[in-house]
Amino acid sequence: MSGQQTILMAVTLPLFGALGIALAGRIGANFREAATLLTAVALAYCVWSLAPSLLEGARPAVSVAEVLPGIEIAFAVEPLGMLFAALASLLWIINSLYSIGYMRGNREQRQTRFYVMFAISLAATIGIAFAANLFTLFLFYEALTFATYPLVAHKGDKSTVASARVYIGVLLTTSIGLFLPAIIWTYAAAGTTDFTAGGILEEKLRGPAVGLLLALFVLGIGKAAVMPVHRWLPAAMVAPTPVSALLHAVAVVKAGVFTVTKVIVYIFGIDHLFASPGTGWLVYAAAFTIVAASVVAFRQRNLKRLLAYSTVAQLSYVVMAAAILKPLAEIGAAIHIVAHAFGKITLFFAAGAIYTAAKKTELHELRGIGRRMPITMAAFTIGALSMIGVPPTGGFVSKWYILAGAFEADNYVALFTIVASTALNAAYFLPIVYMAWFAPESGKPPPTHGEAPWPSVLALSLTAALTIAFFLFNGPVLELERQVVAAP
Amino acid sequence: MSPLAAQMPALQVVVPMLMAPFVLLLPKGLSWAAAAAASLLAFGIAAQLAATVIDSGPVAYQMGSWPAPYGIELGVDALGALLLVVVTGASSLALVGGRASLAAAVTEEREHYFYAAWLLALAGLAGIAVSADAFNIFVFMEISSLASYVLVAGGPDRRALPAVFKYLMMGTVGATFYLIGIGLIYMATGTLNLADMDLRIAGVADKEPILAAAGFITVGLALKAAIFPLHVWLPNAYTYAPHIATAFLAACATKVSLYVLLRFDFFVFQQNLSGHALQFSAYLMPLAILGILVGSGVAMFERNVKRLLAFSSVAQIGYIMLGASLVSIGGLTAATLHMFNHALAKGGLFLAIAALAPVAAGLRLKDMGGMARRAPWTFAAFVVAGLSLIGVPGTAGFVSKWYLISAAMELGAPGIALIGVMVLGSLMAVVYVWRIVESACFGKPPENAAQAAAVPRPLGAAIWAAALANVYFGIAPGLPLRLSSSAAASLLGHVPT
Repeated sequence: MSGQQTILMAVTLPLFGALGIALAGRIGANFREAATLLTAVALAYCVWSLAPSLLEGARPAVSVAEVLPGIEIAFAVEPLGMLFAALASLLWIINSLYSIGYMRGNREQRQTRFYVMFAISLAATIGIAFAANLFTLFLFYEALTFATYPLVAHKGDKSTVASARVYIGVLLTTSIGLFLPAIIWTYAAAGTTDFTAGGILEEKLRGPAVGLLLALFVLGIGKAAVMPVHRWLPAAMVAPTPVSALLHAVAVVKAGVFTVTKVIVYIFGIDHLFASPGTGWLVYAAAFTIVAASVVAFRQRNLKRLLAYSTVAQLSYVVMAAAILKPLAEIGAAIHIVAHAFGKITLFFAAGAIYTAAKKTELHELRGIGRRMPITMAAFTIGALSMIGVPPTGGFVSKWYILAGAFEADNYVALFTIVASTALNAAYFLPIVYMAWFAPESGKPPPTHGEAPWPSVLALSLTAALTIAFFLFNGPVLELERQVVAAP
Repeated sequence: MSPLAAQMPALQVVVPMLMAPFVLLLPKGLSWAAAAAASLLAFGIAAQLAATVIDSGPVAYQMGSWPAPYGIELGVDALGALLLVVVTGASSLALVGGRASLAAAVTEEREHYFYAAWLLALAGLAGIAVSADAFNIFVFMEISSLASYVLVAGGPDRRALPAVFKYLMMGTVGATFYLIGIGLIYMATGTLNLADMDLRIAGVADKEPILAAAGFITVGLALKAAIFPLHVWLPNAYTYAPHIATAFLAACATKVSLYVLLRFDFFVFQQNLSGHALQFSAYLMPLAILGILVGSGVAMFERNVKRLLAFSSVAQIGYIMLGASLVSIGGLTAATLHMFNHALAKGGLFLAIAALAPVAAGLRLKDMGGMARRAPWTFAAFVVAGLSLIGVPGTAGFVSKWYLISAAMELGAPGIALIGVMVLGSLMAVVYVWRIVESACFGKPPENAAQAAAVPRPLGAAIWAAALANVYFGIAPGLPLRLSSSAAASLLGHVPT
C-alpha cells in the first residue's frame, strides 16, 4: 500500500468502523465491542505503518479535492502529525478496552451511540493530525467539536446538557469568532494555508500584525485551553470517564496544542516569529495559565475536576514550550504531548476505575483506597509522578527539553514557571497519593469493593507501563521530532 | 445549437405556465403528477441553460424574432441561470417530496387549484429571471406574487389568512412602487428594455423623476425581498403556510426580488446616476447589518420553529445584501453564491420541518422534544442543513461565509467591523440552531405526541438530497461558484471604476 492510500485509509477507517459498530450494535454488545477493538487495531496498524518511511525522511501527501482556488482538502504527514496520530490511535485501543469495563460496569445507557461517536471523533482527530493545510485542519477541528458533543452530553440530564452547552458554546465561539478569521487573514496575506517548513508568512506579514494574528490563532484554537478560553474543559468532565480520558486528556485537547504548535512552526515559522515584535506575550499568557490553573486545581475537591484543571495547566506547558521559539523547546512541546497523554490518561482511567468500583468521586473519599485497589492506585501514583515530572516517568523527559529550550532562550519567566508549577503539582498530587495509601479507611459500614472490572484494570496498567516506558525508550520519538526543527 | 435548445429561455416560462391550466383540466388524481413533471422539466431546462451559460456566456432570445428594443427580449446571464436553478430546483424537490404533506394540508377538492397556483408561482419566478425588460419583470412579479398568496393561504391553518393579507398588502405596495419607478423611467427614456434603458438613461440622469424612480424601485424591491426593516410580512407568511409551500417560497421567492434589485441597481443605475454606488452601499449596508443582528437576535428567542427559521431568513438576506453592498468582486460573488447556498440550507430545513410536523404535536420548540429518537434520519438531515446555515466548514454555507469574510477583509479596518457582525451573526445562528437540536435530543416528547414516526419515503429522499447537496457544494462548490463569480464580474462590469 502506498503512503497516499494509507493516509486516506487512516482517515476513513474509523468512519467505516463507526458504520460497522452501529450495525454490530444491532446484533449484540459483544459484536459491537469487537468491532470497536478491531477498528482501533486496524487504525493503529494503518497509522503506525507510516512511521518507518517518515523516519527515513519521506513525506507522503495526498490531495482529495480543491474546494476553492488555492484551498484544497489535502493531507500530508509530517513528524508532528505523525506523532499525534500514532499517539491517538495507540491510546484508542487501550481506551476501548477500558470503555468496555467502564460502560458495562456502570450500566450506561445508549452504548452503541457512544462507541459510534467515539469512532467518528477519532476519524476527525486523524484528519487534524494529517491535515496538509489550515483549511483541512479547520474542517476536522469543527467536526471533532460536533462529534464529541453527544459524548459530553451522554447522560442527557439537565445539568449535563447545560455543561455540554458551555462546551460547544466556548469551542464554537472561539473557532468561528477568532480561528476562522485568522485562517482567512492568513490566506489573504500569504495566498495559501499550506503547512510549510519555515512558515509561509515571513515575507507577507510584518510588524505588530504578526502578534495580533498570533493572538487570534491562540485564543481561537479554544481546544488548547489557554486562559481565558479554558472553561469548556472542566465543563466537559460531565462526560463518561473514557471520554474524559481519551478525548479530554488526549485527542481533543492535544488537537488544540498540536494545532497551536503547528501554526507556530509551519505557518509563522519560529525564526520569523522570534524576530517579530509583539509575540512575546504568548509565553506570559501560557505561564499565567499554568500557574493559575495549578492553583485552581489545588483548590478542587472533585477528582475529575482536579484532573481537568491539571490538564489546562499541562496543555499550556506545550503552548509555552512552542512559544519559547527555540528548537529544543519545540521538541519539548512535541514530546510533552506524548508524555502528558500517557500520564493523564492513566490518571483518568484510575479515577474512572475508582468510580466504577466504589462510586467515589470526591478527594476526601479516597482515604485508604490504595489497599482495596492497589493496581489502580499504583497506576495513579505513576501518573501523578509523571505530572510532577519525576524520573523515571515520561513527564521528566519533556520537562527536561522544555527547560533546555528555556535556557537556550534565556527565558527566565518560563524557567520560573516550570519550577513553580512543579511545586504546585507536587502539592496537589502527593497528598492524594499519601492519603490513598497510608490514611486509614473511613466509612460505615467499611467498603467491600475490590478492583474495577478487569478490562479497565488492564487498560490502566498498560498506560502506566507506557508512562515509564516512555522515559526509557523515547529515542525514535526524539529522532522524529528533531526533523521538525532540523528541516530548512 | 439545435432548434429546441435555442428556445430554452422561452420554454423555461412556457412549460410551467401552460401546464397550470392543464392541471385544472386533468383528472384530480393526476394534478400532483402533472405539476411535479412540469417542475422537473423546468429544472431540466434550467440546468441546460446554466450549462450553456457556463460554456458560452449569456443567452439572448427575441420573442417572435422581433429585435429588441421593439420586441420582447429574454436573456439569461450567469446570475439569471443561477436563480433559475435555485427556483426550479426548490420547486421540484418540494413537489417530489411533498405529496403526502400537501395532501394533508390541502383538501382534495381544492388540490388541483393549489397545484395550478404552484405552477403559476414557478412560472412567474422563472419569468422574472429570464426577462430582460422591466415591464415584463413587473408582470411576472405580479403573477408569482398572486400565486404565492394562494400557496401561503392554501393550508388548513386559519392564521394564514391574516398573514397572507399582510403579505398581500406589503407585496402590492412593493410592486406598485416598482411600477411607479419604471413608469417614471419610461416617461423620461421611452424604453422598458433594460439594456436600452441603460443607454438612454445617461442623457436624463440628472432629472429628478429618474432619481425618484431609483428610489421607488429600490424601496419597492427591498419590500418584496424582505430586506430589514421591510421584512414584517415574511415571518408569519412562512410560519402559517403549508410546510411544503414554505420550503419552496423560503428557498427562492425573496431571492428573485433581490435579483431584480441587483440587476436594476448594477445594470441601469450605478454607472449613470452619479454617486449611486455610494448611495447604494450607504443605504443597504446598515440595513444589512441590522437585518443580520435583529433577525438572528429574534430567532434566538423565538419559540415557534418555523418562525425561528423565518427570522433566520431575514438575517440571511442581510448577508446577501451585505455582500452586495461591498460593491466588489468578492462581495458580489459571496452575495450571489449565498443566494444558492442559503436556498439549499433553508429549503432542506423547511422540508425537514414538513416531515417532522406530522410527528410532533405542534411546532413549538418543546414539541420537538425527543425528535432525534423518534425520527432519527430526518433529524440528522435537519442537523446537516442547520450546520450549513451556521456556516460550518464542509457545508455550503461555509463557502459563502468564507467569501464574504474575505471580501470584507479587503476593505481593511472598516472590514473588521463587518467581520465582527458576520461572526456575531454566525454565533447567534449557532444558538438558534442549537436550541432546536437540544430540544430534539434531550427534551421530553410531549404527552399528546403521535407515537409512530413514519416519514414518507419521497420526502425523506428529498430531505436527504438537500442535506447531501449542502455537503457536496461545501466540498466541491465549483459549479455555483463559476456562475456566481461570472455573475459578479458582469454586475461589476457595469460599474465605472
